[in-house]
Amino acid sequence: MPDAPDAVEQAVRQVLTSINGDLTPTETMLLGELEALAQEIQRAKREISALSIGDISDSHIPVATDELDAVLAHTAEATNEILDCCEKLENTAPELPEGPAAVVNDAVTRIYEACSFQDITGQRIGKVVTALKAIEARLMRVTDRFGSVSSAPAEPQAPDTRTQGQQLANGPQLPGNASSQAEIDSLLASFD
Amino acid sequence: MDKNTNILIVDDYKTMLRIIRNLLKQLDFNNVDEASDGSEALTKLRAGNFGLVISDWNMVPMTGLDLLKEVRADARLKNLPFIMITAESKTENVVAAKQAGVSNYIVKPFNAETLKEKIEKVMVHA
Repeated sequence: MPDAPDAVEQAVRQVLTSINGDLTPTETMLLGELEALAQEIQRAKREISALSIGDISDSHIPVATDELDAVLAHTAEATNEILDCCEKLENTAPELPEGPAAVVNDAVTRIYEACSFQDITGQRIGKVVTALKAIEARLMRVTDRFGSVSSAPAEPQAPDTRTQGQQLANGPQLPGNASSQAEIDSLLASFD
Repeated sequence: MDKNTNILIVDDYKTMLRIIRNLLKQLDFNNVDEASDGSEALTKLRAGNFGLVISDWNMVPMTGLDLLKEVRADARLKNLPFIMITAESKTENVVAAKQAGVSNYIVKPFNAETLKEKIEKVMVHA
């Protein structure tokens, strides 16, 4: 079986000569362009196969997601330790004089507020893991397609059966894109 | 504002449930129950007698928005005050929540004062 560039050239030459006999200068130029295009495709295929995509999907991405899961677990553990300490302080506060007790309670409240970072970072890491998995899936599709001579059409996209709540569950926005509480209050008030 | 109100907090992060519970305790709300997603919350709401729901959005299998829609579609629960506390801060999310009947909306990370202010606001209108 001829190599892809040769096959393209051969096919085009056959079509053109079957129509007009000898090739005109324009047809020769067109043939050259098609041949160059076919060679470019061959080069891209060689470069993709040299990427060792198997390593990425078999090793790099699973390791990266495991590392991120470990980050999540460690921060959750640390946050719960902090909360344990806060709860002890809060339970001790009533035994203190009024002034120091108020200071302790205020500090504990601020620590609780700050600890909500764990939820936000967890959601952000979840988004990164999802992105990594999407990259892995795309890479696999590219290698599958280039590795096959089949010209089967792309699979149709499955209909989105998610609920509106699931479709809009995108997690935290980056600081520049996030709405502030004041902006959300203003938006809600606009409905009244 | 009745401090004896039964409050259901809904979040799939145990740490977040713990933080909200502790903040509510500081506001003298001690009758607090928890659920880890919308389905569990709905079961508890239908079985119990709650005066306020404070829910996250991003949970599986049932999101906070889907829970809100179920609550508003339920004859017994439809007027229940419902506060969404979420990292979802896009306009389309706030609009979807409002259209579904949310009572108020708090964006994470939030502070205790915001939580107190929103609870007071929705309980007054309850």
